[in-house]
Amino acid sequence: MNGNSLIKIKQLKKHYNGGEIKALDGLDLEIEKGEVVVVIGPSGSGKSTFLRSMNLLELPTDGTITFEGVDITDPKTDINKHRQKMGMVFQHFNLFPNMNILKNMTIAPIKLLKISKEDAERKARALLEKVGLGDRAEAYPSQLSGGQKQRVAIVRALCMEPQVMLFDEPTSALDPEMVGEVLDVMKDLARQGMTMVCVTHEMGFAKEVATRVIFMDEGKIIEEGTPDEIFSNPKSDRLKSFLSKIL
Amino acid sequence: MFDKIWTKIVDIAIHLKDTFVMNFITEERWRFLTDGIATTLIITICSMAIGVVLGIIVAAVRSTYDKNREEYEKRGGFGAKILKFFNGVCKIYITVIRGTPIVVQLLIMYYIIFASLTNPIPIAIAAFGINSGAYVAEIFRGGIMAIDHGQFEAGRSLGFNYVQTMIHIVIPQVFKNVLPTLCNEFIALLKETSVVGYIAVQDLTKGIYIIIGRTYSYYMPLIVLALIYLLMVMILTWLVGKLERRLRSSER
Repeated sequence: MNGNSLIKIKQLKKHYNGGEIKALDGLDLEIEKGEVVVVIGPSGSGKSTFLRSMNLLELPTDGTITFEGVDITDPKTDINKHRQKMGMVFQHFNLFPNMNILKNMTIAPIKLLKISKEDAERKARALLEKVGLGDRAEAYPSQLSGGQKQRVAIVRALCMEPQVMLFDEPTSALDPEMVGEVLDVMKDLARQGMTMVCVTHEMGFAKEVATRVIFMDEGKIIEEGTPDEIFSNPKSDRLKSFLSKIL
Repeated sequence: MFDKIWTKIVDIAIHLKDTFVMNFITEERWRFLTDGIATTLIITICSMAIGVVLGIIVAAVRSTYDKNREEYEKRGGFGAKILKFFNGVCKIYITVIRGTPIVVQLLIMYYIIFASLTNPIPIAIAAFGINSGAYVAEIFRGGIMAIDHGQFEAGRSLGFNYVQTMIHIVIPQVFKNVLPTLCNEFIALLKETSVVGYIAVQDLTKGIYIIIGRTYSYYMPLIVLALIYLLMVMILTWLVGKLERRLRSSER
């Protein structure tokens, strides 16, 4: 392993139509254990593609991603093993509608980590309790509000005991009054030392919990720094104009 | 006036009774019905089972290839080549089976492929199973493609491989969604088996035909034949409907 870095990304590229469209155009990034990295940028800047290529839901055209010292872009790597350690939370929750909340949370640990049903359920219930949904374990996703669904999605990923959590615009599909409850869960998680990478439009969240903010545009990292540097002291014109539009 | 109508009704009733006795009671001809129903049901149920298993496998191969084409083109490897080959085989299978009449398939099975077998029932089961598989495959493929891609991604992001995602997450949802269409296919299958007489299987239709050949009476046997098929289809529909309600109840 190289120092403390949990994820090391080198010259990551994602091209469509044979290079005509460059969604990602040579990104370099190192993420250390315990960091909370927030990725911001205008829509179409490639931030979601970037996040989704970290667990290879998008296959990069070129470049390498090293996770826990293993090059996961190597075709010989068993990506499924590594995905178990990378939790992911989606914009549209993607809970399994045919399973109740408990089953949603325990199916992966039981089938993949071979944990006993009792242990998996005990753990799932404890996590649900923590995010204030202890009484909804037997409910089905269609019976929950958007904010509740997203909290379940977060704890579902946590049930696999991941090394890093990837958040793909976790609050963008929520009604405004539900954003807070999801962000609270994420803040708690950050305080407990979870390594997080989060694509979001919630600048308040970025300011409060991010250890590092990355500003992307046109498939490139334009600027990165502490929240203070990015929000109070932007250097590039593009970041300045982006911030002036959203703040 | 009233007397006349009454006599007529009694006449018809006596005539109906006589026709019924002639067609179904004399020489124990009802046996053609019961044996025929049993044969029809055996062929239908067995080929249904073959069709569903075959259909799910073919649909899984086809949609796996479709959904992962980008990954295979990028990563290549032996597995991708095998899958591409099987995808081609499945495509040919569906094209050929859907493009030729079931009677022709039945005759080819009977006279060419299984010419050495003497019992025609297994041949009929094989022919209808293989035939149904092609239709069921497309029904399931449609069902798989209709599942939100986020479900696949959620499964994959938890660490399930593609096949595990299919088995644990996608197929259970697909099954529920395709049940009404699948019921259609089962009904069609049940009725289509009425052509097995072509290869000397004595099913329900053939049995009725034999009765007609002996009694030269058409009306009653044919109407009874139609009613029995109708009844069987209604029972089948009711059973599938019950299963559907049971599967749906888990969502609310």
